[in-house]
Amino acid sequence: MKRTLAIAALLYASSAIAQPASLDDLMQRLAQRQHDRASFEETEHLALLERPLTSSGLLLYDAPDRLEKRTLTPKPERLLLEHGHLEVHRGARTYSLNLSDAPQIAPFIDSIRATLAGDETALERSYLPTFQSDAAGWSLELVPRTAALAAIVSRIRMSGVGDRIQSVEIRRANGDWSLMTIHALPPT
Amino acid sequence: MTPPRYLPIALWAVCVALAAVVAARAHYTADLSAFLPRAPTRAEEILVEQLRDGVIARSILLDIEGADGPTRARRSRDLAARLRADPEFRSVLNGEPVTLARDREFVFTHRYLLSDAITPQHFTTEGLQKAIGDGIDQLASPTGLLARDLFQRDPTGETLEIIAQLDPTGSAPRTQDGVWVSPDGRRALLLVELRSEGSDTDAAERALAAIRRAFAAGDASAAILRMTGPAVFAVQARERIRAEVIRLSSISSIAIVALLLIVYRSVLAVVLGLLPVLSGALAGVVAVALGFGVVHGVTLGFGATLIGEAVDYSVYLLVQSQRSDARGADTGGWVLSLWPTIRLGMLTSICGFAALLPSAFPGLAQLGLYSIAGLIAAGLVTRYVLPRLLPMGFALASGVPLGRALAAGLEPLRAGRRALWAVPLIAAVVLATHRAPLWSHELNALSPVSRVDQAFDGELRAELGAPDVRVLVVLQGKTPEAVLEASETLGVALDRLVADGVLVGYQSPSRYLPSVALQRRRQAALPPPDVLRARLAAAVAALPIAPTRLAPFLEDVEAARDGRLVGLDDLAGTSLETGVAALLVQRGDEWTGLMPLQAARDGSAATTANLARVRRTLEALRAPGVEATLVDLKAASDSLYSGYLAEALRLCALGLLAIVVLLAIALRSVVRTARVVAPLLLAVVTVLAGFAVAGEALNILHLIGMLLIVAVGSNYALFFDRETTLEATLEDPLAASRLLGSLALANLCTVIGFGVLAFSSVPVLSALGSTVAPGALLALIFSAALARAA
Repeated sequence: MKRTLAIAALLYASSAIAQPASLDDLMQRLAQRQHDRASFEETEHLALLERPLTSSGLLLYDAPDRLEKRTLTPKPERLLLEHGHLEVHRGARTYSLNLSDAPQIAPFIDSIRATLAGDETALERSYLPTFQSDAAGWSLELVPRTAALAAIVSRIRMSGVGDRIQSVEIRRANGDWSLMTIHALPPT
Repeated sequence: MTPPRYLPIALWAVCVALAAVVAARAHYTADLSAFLPRAPTRAEEILVEQLRDGVIARSILLDIEGADGPTRARRSRDLAARLRADPEFRSVLNGEPVTLARDREFVFTHRYLLSDAITPQHFTTEGLQKAIGDGIDQLASPTGLLARDLFQRDPTGETLEIIAQLDPTGSAPRTQDGVWVSPDGRRALLLVELRSEGSDTDAAERALAAIRRAFAAGDASAAILRMTGPAVFAVQARERIRAEVIRLSSISSIAIVALLLIVYRSVLAVVLGLLPVLSGALAGVVAVALGFGVVHGVTLGFGATLIGEAVDYSVYLLVQSQRSDARGADTGGWVLSLWPTIRLGMLTSICGFAALLPSAFPGLAQLGLYSIAGLIAAGLVTRYVLPRLLPMGFALASGVPLGRALAAGLEPLRAGRRALWAVPLIAAVVLATHRAPLWSHELNALSPVSRVDQAFDGELRAELGAPDVRVLVVLQGKTPEAVLEASETLGVALDRLVADGVLVGYQSPSRYLPSVALQRRRQAALPPPDVLRARLAAAVAALPIAPTRLAPFLEDVEAARDGRLVGLDDLAGTSLETGVAALLVQRGDEWTGLMPLQAARDGSAATTANLARVRRTLEALRAPGVEATLVDLKAASDSLYSGYLAEALRLCALGLLAIVVLLAIALRSVVRTARVVAPLLLAVVTVLAGFAVAGEALNILHLIGMLLIVAVGSNYALFFDRETTLEATLEDPLAASRLLGSLALANLCTVIGFGVLAFSSVPVLSALGSTVAPGALLALIFSAALARAA
């Protein structure tokens, strides 16, 4: 009995630090996560602006398709993606739109959602993924499959450790880019 | 064989031929308008208009179920594409972004005329700094991504402002696979608006058929289509009324013919006996067609009851005519002895029905006219045509056994006639102790729409985010501009109520199309290029953007300053067109603006108080040339029905009074009049108590039924009045049996006619039938039991 427990503990420990060997492996591990809580910092570099914009807040995820982004600074904003429907609450205003109606937004949000959900099919529908991993972590680079998508986004790069995503870098076709770093929070 | 013998027959034949032509060319309808009264107050008039022609009346909600999500989405897109090509439909919404590109382009192009944020303050240095600062913050957010491409032209975020102002509560349904679905994702939803008026049931029926065809033309997947909405209800109700009228009339006709065949044992007698009835029905249709221009299906349904009453006349003639045979002459004796009584009975019935003529309820007014014309025709045919068609020596012996049976049955009743007075006492006690309200005060009581269908409608409406409009402000003026200006003035006041939490929100036509005056004010708020350039430079000094980046903004503002204003025509092809069409309606040379209010939901007392605040706001509204009315649809419909019930009560009381006065004049005796009327009132009270015991809430048609008990029952009561009927009839036992037999037969026919109606699934018909059938039977029993012994 003791031995069984010890083996189980060992297995658990090793799986917690072991990096995914392939995209399939990563996706399978991500698909098993039901809830996630993390804090984020995001820096947006816009050609239009003299300085980058920074923001920070919380990310909350519930499998398979609920993603909430609560920006706390500089301006509070709550963004909720649920079943392909996006709702943004800012001040007294609520903006509501269907992702399918917003081709400028959809690729960014959906790539993150599909990755979090371990939804490889959805991911591969729009992007050509390149996966790399070593002992320290993994990285996933997404390149658009269609010219229409490539006109909006040139590439998305995610990196992480185990079944955690730690950063998302998005390069837009017009040269703007953003980097979001994510830190896991203990479940409440 | 002298000419006069055939003159009435010839006249009758000509009349029947003419009437048949009129009836064949008459316009028949079976929609719900028979249930909608002419409305006395402004609010009620608006309610009726909304129920009949408003955008709610024109909308059809569709729901695709079964199969899987992608299949439902494919069927939804396919159906929508087919319907969009059909001119019957003004708009077909299923969540596909068909107008999205056009909408965005329109909103972006006209942003400085459409945005509520455009004021002189917005373009001061401070105003610009704040608006552009907010805009930059938004760039980091996903909604900012939308604005990013527009930022250099629209740094103050007017496009987003307008989008938010068009959907203030963010209530659009969710989308899956590119189309609207229910919150649980298990069905695809569509919202279709008919081009025709809501009251045009023919057009609605065509549209529903077109929807079914369009859906069936799609692939053969397992998905099914369901529809709801007022237009669907109207078509269903018409179908049901039509089917019921045919079914019920057939059933009661067959039952009455069968009964007459059993009693008469003569096909000729049955055929002759039905002549007055058919003539009466024809006369009724013609009178209604000529008097109202249109015949309601419901009227024909009520008309089935005429069969029950009109057949009585020929029954009296046929069953009792052999009496004259004994005297060796034709039916002259009948004319002398019984016709005056029948005529008086007919006149009392006519008095009762005449009370319905001034009713605001078209269904009732038509019923009144139909019955009066029908009874007069049936009476005249019985009196002048039927006797001349009877073969010489025509005799039926069969009335006698029925009469003897009735007489035997009545013996114990007559013996215990004093005990009969206990009936009204018991009834009075029942009514006095009845706790639940006796009368239903909801207009719904008359609705032929089943509760299941109503529930499905409510469910789909909620899922589509189509709010249940309960309270709205109606603005009426001579021009769209006047109405739009008034809606803007009121909007300012309503915004304060929203801020105070009195209202959750409201809709306004000026959100889609600002008035010319407001558009001009907004243009005037845009500073001249030099001024704007200087203010912009100062405003962005502390912001992470160089003013040179915003040169396109300066260009656009300059162009908007003296650009063309937006009119109704410019909205074509956008979803704003649909929005404004629902809220700004032209009727004749009047324009009506609708502003549905969404009151805060926290208890009815709070709602009432909030509504009072809205009403005060409305009273303070200064809008020259525009009449503003606050309409609480629920309250208006309840007050409408209450008013309507009160009117019916008054008319019935008048009808009763007319009957009593007529009887008093004809009988020239208060005592005899009382003796005739008493059994009828007894019957009414007993029926009323019966409904109370059964727990059935009474509606307006029950009330009309009670008037009919008196009108129809007076025929029986008169026959039992000794002085009215010739002494000889009652002294001759055989004649007495024949009289009783004819009454029993006539009564059975009436009970069948109304009794069949009681089983109708159309509430108005069943209410009438279930009142008159037992009432007529009781009227005969009470009349016989209370008649003075021979």
